[in-house]
Amino acid sequence: MAKQSRRTEILEQRPVNLDGFVEEWPEVGMVAMDSPYDPKPSVRVEDGVIVEMDGKPRAEFDFLDQFIADHAIDVEATEAAMAIEPVQIARMLVDPGVSRNEVLAVSRGLTPAALLEVVKTMNVVEMMQAVQKMRARRTIANQAHSTSARDNPVQVAAEAAEAALRGFRELETTLGVVRYAPLVAIALQVGALAGKPGVLTQCALEEATELELGMRGITAYAETISVYGTEPVFCDGDDTPWSKAFLASAYASRGIKMRFTSGTGSEVQMGNAEGKSMLYLEIRCILVTKGAGVQGLQNGSISCIGVPGAVPGGIRAVLAENLIASTVDLESASGNDQSFSHSDMRRVARLLPQLLPGTDFVCSGYSAVPNYDNMFAGSNVDAADYDDWNTIQRDLQVDGGLRHVPEAELLAARNRAARALQGVFAQLGLPAITDKEVEAATYAHGSQDLPLRNVLEDLKSAQQVMDRGVTGLDIVKALEGAGFSDMAHTLLAILRQRVSGDLLHTSAILTPELETLSAVNDANDYAGPGTGYRPSGQRWEEMKRLRHVVSAQNPEQEVG
Amino acid sequence: MADTSVGTRRTLQLQERGEAGPGTRADEVVIGISPAFGDFFTKTIVDIPHAEVLRELLAGIEEQGVQSRVIRYRGGSDLAVIAHAAAKLSGSGIGIGVLSRGTTMIHQKDLVRLSNLELFPQAPLMDLETFRKVGRNAARYAKGESPEPVPARNDFMARPRWQAKAALLHIKETEFVQQGAAPVELDVRIQLADAG
Repeated sequence: MAKQSRRTEILEQRPVNLDGFVEEWPEVGMVAMDSPYDPKPSVRVEDGVIVEMDGKPRAEFDFLDQFIADHAIDVEATEAAMAIEPVQIARMLVDPGVSRNEVLAVSRGLTPAALLEVVKTMNVVEMMQAVQKMRARRTIANQAHSTSARDNPVQVAAEAAEAALRGFRELETTLGVVRYAPLVAIALQVGALAGKPGVLTQCALEEATELELGMRGITAYAETISVYGTEPVFCDGDDTPWSKAFLASAYASRGIKMRFTSGTGSEVQMGNAEGKSMLYLEIRCILVTKGAGVQGLQNGSISCIGVPGAVPGGIRAVLAENLIASTVDLESASGNDQSFSHSDMRRVARLLPQLLPGTDFVCSGYSAVPNYDNMFAGSNVDAADYDDWNTIQRDLQVDGGLRHVPEAELLAARNRAARALQGVFAQLGLPAITDKEVEAATYAHGSQDLPLRNVLEDLKSAQQVMDRGVTGLDIVKALEGAGFSDMAHTLLAILRQRVSGDLLHTSAILTPELETLSAVNDANDYAGPGTGYRPSGQRWEEMKRLRHVVSAQNPEQEVG
Repeated sequence: MADTSVGTRRTLQLQERGEAGPGTRADEVVIGISPAFGDFFTKTIVDIPHAEVLRELLAGIEEQGVQSRVIRYRGGSDLAVIAHAAAKLSGSGIGIGVLSRGTTMIHQKDLVRLSNLELFPQAPLMDLETFRKVGRNAARYAKGESPEPVPARNDFMARPRWQAKAALLHIKETEFVQQGAAPVELDVRIQLADAG
């Protein structure tokens, strides 16, 4: 073997070299956003119908083209919008003097290829500037995963409480053993209530069960309704844009918030990218979401992040996904939710394009548990990264939605969550939660620190929860019966939101005071320096606190 | 990730013997390999030689006193399709499917195609010992036993390291698919590279 330098040896050992990188291969779609095989923008309207789009006559449309042409693109606006040069539209996106609404008036008429041409003229800094303006909600928020490698409901409840207290406004769970879902979904809801009022919860499952849990009021919103950028991949899931739109309307009919999910890389991963770039296909997903009348989208590659992450310019394309979702007026839950790199430097570099400008949800799944417990297969950031996150917020005065919380408050919330779940399980006749489990969950870092539960008994009772028709109201009654009256009232108030329908507005979250904050009553008003959302006042004071800060009054002591 | 250090170097020779027919012996397991296994591709995603993969699978079956046959599935690169086809040709109804990159599945002929007995979805975690256990369990199913499934492994850092390469390997393997071509029976010869 050829003699190797000491430098090479050291570089070889760097974590970044454990990541996978591949060459581009445009013919099969292994290319981020610049493929010679992507279509060129065009549109032609006859008698109020789009008869040609991106070089293809209507007779040759596949079902995504048809859905997008008929439901996503504003026929009245399209010819004028398509007449504007892509670089001109990109400048409108970046220019703080052009309002968000002025951009929306143009973007509503753009075809997938046109949107692609617009972002291709932009570098990542320009895209971030545009995200800052185009994000729908003025106030940023963040979302966490709370899962357990053993599907332990007590752990999930305690972690939900801590996550709520740390600032997350949405919490998501999923399962290793799917039959555990009803118990873990109840645990997530109860735990969140113990941390901070008004945190919305969801449980990612196969679509029918996910919908049923939502309709019963055991969960408050849904997110994992996946759409894809080519017809064969869509068909692999026995779906069409119309079936997904129908599912979306089922949620809307009950006043339940929901968003779709998509992301670059899924089509090439499944070997059916039809030779198009990852971003072009993702733009089709974004417009299918828009066309289905859905308020928001989780994108930013999500579970296929290893694919765009491996090709040149891939992370720029991932930012472009988020930007385009915001540019067509969708809520953007912007990824950063899957294990991405062995390198801490790369993990942060992948995060900053969403964190710095702020999105509706910076992470669509910050792992509130250690990654070994993350049943979404690991996130880009996990519970061990909390102090780093808080420090980055403080260094840059950028709001990432989280805060440092003193140990005593965390322990109190975790303990209350576990005790409340203990009470709810007892009230509902579910398998007992012991005091030992409550104690362990209070102080645990992960499932390895908790006693094992009787899984077979839990699964049996999980089935009973479904058979007996347990609903959110039963959880309200159980909380009241177990002596957690404040939590019972909060949950009832969250359930009432379904009647008002306020959570159906774009980018809706609930504040701890249970008021809806959405693009309707908290519209992003960024218009350049001195405007828009900037952390200040009480929030900025909160962000200044860290685990260790030397007191100015007495440098022998620490504050916080 | 799997330990890829293999002590000896073996070569794999696969001789086609015509279209694969249904098995007549109740005590056999059929291994179905993907279109480019041991051909265009010579090793798994973590560089385990295909010779060693087949050797471990065959040895696992043999140590249970069960017979084996190896076929090449040429008509597709979908693991479930390959494993199910192997199961349907197997006299016992038990088959193993294995892709070039190492993803493996044990299937049974009476199950629906999208179901399976055991699935090993993370190719980077497939090591020699796991392949041996897969062979062993398949043979035990063939004997009518109900073995404990081979413990599933999980690594949340597999995605950043292997996801894109896996996509490339899948696309490349798919290029070797001959639509509609029947599976062929294979003679397998595994020899030490430096023997003789």
